[in-house]
Amino acid sequence: MQETIKHVACPYCGACCDDLEITVEDGKIIEVKNACIIGTEIYHHASREGRVGSPRRRQPDGTYKDITYEEAIDFTAKMLIKAKKPLIYGFGSTNCEGMAAAGRVAEDAGAVLDNCASICHGSSFLAIFDTGYPSCTLGEVKNRADVVIYWGSNPQHAHPRHLSRYGVFPRGYFTGKGYKGRKVIVVDPRYTDTARCADHFLQVQQGHDYELFDAFRMVMHGYADKIPAIVAGVPKEKILEVCEIIKGGRYVHIFFGMGLCHSDGRNHNVDIAINLVRDINEYTKCTIMAMRGHYNIAGPGIVWAWQFGFPYCIDLTKGSHAHMNPGETSSVDLANRGEVDAFINIGTDAGAHFPIRAFEKLGSGIPMVTIDPSVNMAATVSDVHIPVAIVGVETGGICYRMDNVPIQYRAVVEPYNGILTDEELFDRIYERMQELKKEGWTTDEGVWDYATPLADVRPVKEVYE
Amino acid sequence: MSKVIHLNMVTQRAVEEGEAMESGKTTQLYFDVCSLVEMNAEDIKELDINPNTVVKVTSECGEVIVKAVVARQTCPRGLCHIRQGVWANQVVPPRTQSTGEPQYSGFPVTIEPAPEARIVPAVELIQKACNKWNGQLLWPM
Repeated sequence: MQETIKHVACPYCGACCDDLEITVEDGKIIEVKNACIIGTEIYHHASREGRVGSPRRRQPDGTYKDITYEEAIDFTAKMLIKAKKPLIYGFGSTNCEGMAAAGRVAEDAGAVLDNCASICHGSSFLAIFDTGYPSCTLGEVKNRADVVIYWGSNPQHAHPRHLSRYGVFPRGYFTGKGYKGRKVIVVDPRYTDTARCADHFLQVQQGHDYELFDAFRMVMHGYADKIPAIVAGVPKEKILEVCEIIKGGRYVHIFFGMGLCHSDGRNHNVDIAINLVRDINEYTKCTIMAMRGHYNIAGPGIVWAWQFGFPYCIDLTKGSHAHMNPGETSSVDLANRGEVDAFINIGTDAGAHFPIRAFEKLGSGIPMVTIDPSVNMAATVSDVHIPVAIVGVETGGICYRMDNVPIQYRAVVEPYNGILTDEELFDRIYERMQELKKEGWTTDEGVWDYATPLADVRPVKEVYE
Repeated sequence: MSKVIHLNMVTQRAVEEGEAMESGKTTQLYFDVCSLVEMNAEDIKELDINPNTVVKVTSECGEVIVKAVVARQTCPRGLCHIRQGVWANQVVPPRTQSTGEPQYSGFPVTIEPAPEARIVPAVELIQKACNKWNGQLLWPM
């Protein structure tokens, strides 16, 4: 019997479209409405032949052999206990329940816990720590913004429904004219499909965003006559024209993406973007938002900041306290220096998306477990591959949209072949680790020297009274 | 002696890549849409090749064989783009400026025609880099 499930949230990008309609028949997805091409593919992929239905262990000849969940969990638990500095990386594509369960495992294992923000909006975090985050929700953009700037981001490709749901086309409460009432400005080195939708396109020279921001700030501070004829490939007249539009807007919003975070300067590009927002607020209301990639990549920032005090690059190996220092405790840097001795890749694909010179150090020589519903590049070199239920398709849960609004995801079909969810899997890994520790399992390498509290430290209150 | 051209390279998402990735990274579709380098038509002319010729892209940390195409999302002269994924990451420098983020955007590459070279599939690239199982996909999908 056919059944159509409405208001389903999509597990692809940070826009978290929650208006999908999925038609299901006999436990199979037969139709997807309202989703973009990528979201549609996710749902159909779940019902396609060839899914991995049980955990698999690598054989010496390179083939995979099906094993039970008990065996896979036992392997993972032993690996985590034995390793001195395991890395648990990923989490872009899972729910907050799974992240919290993984946090408990990581703390017990003394692992480094990191998420895909590490190679994505990690430097935005650094800028936000330094400068603040004058942001808003996507609803405010839809209902209020009449000047929308996409800087170094290409949502037509990375967040295909972002323009139609929030940024450009929708009619909101105070934006009843829809796109006719909005000015759209796109800043990008390439003439992207997003740039085709723009009223004004500034073709910035790749890697020179900082200078262009600087020119914008000079105009906002009243030094328009001092900027050179061309800044970062953009003529002065164009900069002045766009600045006038910004000053004349009722509500200006800046979306920024990987063009800032991946180029030279990294967090400093985001830093000056936030400072520009502060300057624009002297004239009119302005807010800024990071175009987060995965549907729940904002989730670890929320969950782990609550658990450990830090959003990403969390080093728990010291046992006594969590510590975060990107460049030292970030996954790619740890891989570059060969500092980890076991690797769990979950809900992402380090194999395809890390530079190969970094990934080859994780993929060779140390034990590796991939936790992912699909066969990805990391799984092609893993020792164990554990399939899990697809969030938003086979299991529900809480996911944070790019504006840090929690969205309740829901399951539309039963998990394929009865596979576990991320939360169940990590809880069982944790339980198995406790059993193994009671049996006397310990790391081969010894443990780190913990910082021990001084015996004569008195509470602050006592000292001052 | 074939020509060599020096370009600045970026790697970012494309909707074609996103769709192919979700259908599976071992599929022909993923191979077809990601093993491309998108360039300006003038740069392709300067390289003295026709569009859709196989080329070798070399950076400070590696090289990869891909097909040169004219970018539909126009690249300015001097800039090239490989869609994010296995082929792009063969040449992305892993240096992070102490932020954890590799140099995905803005690193120098040289491109030269390599019409006889074979575009290597994703699994083979990854398994060879990790020195495992000779690039054979040895289990049923």
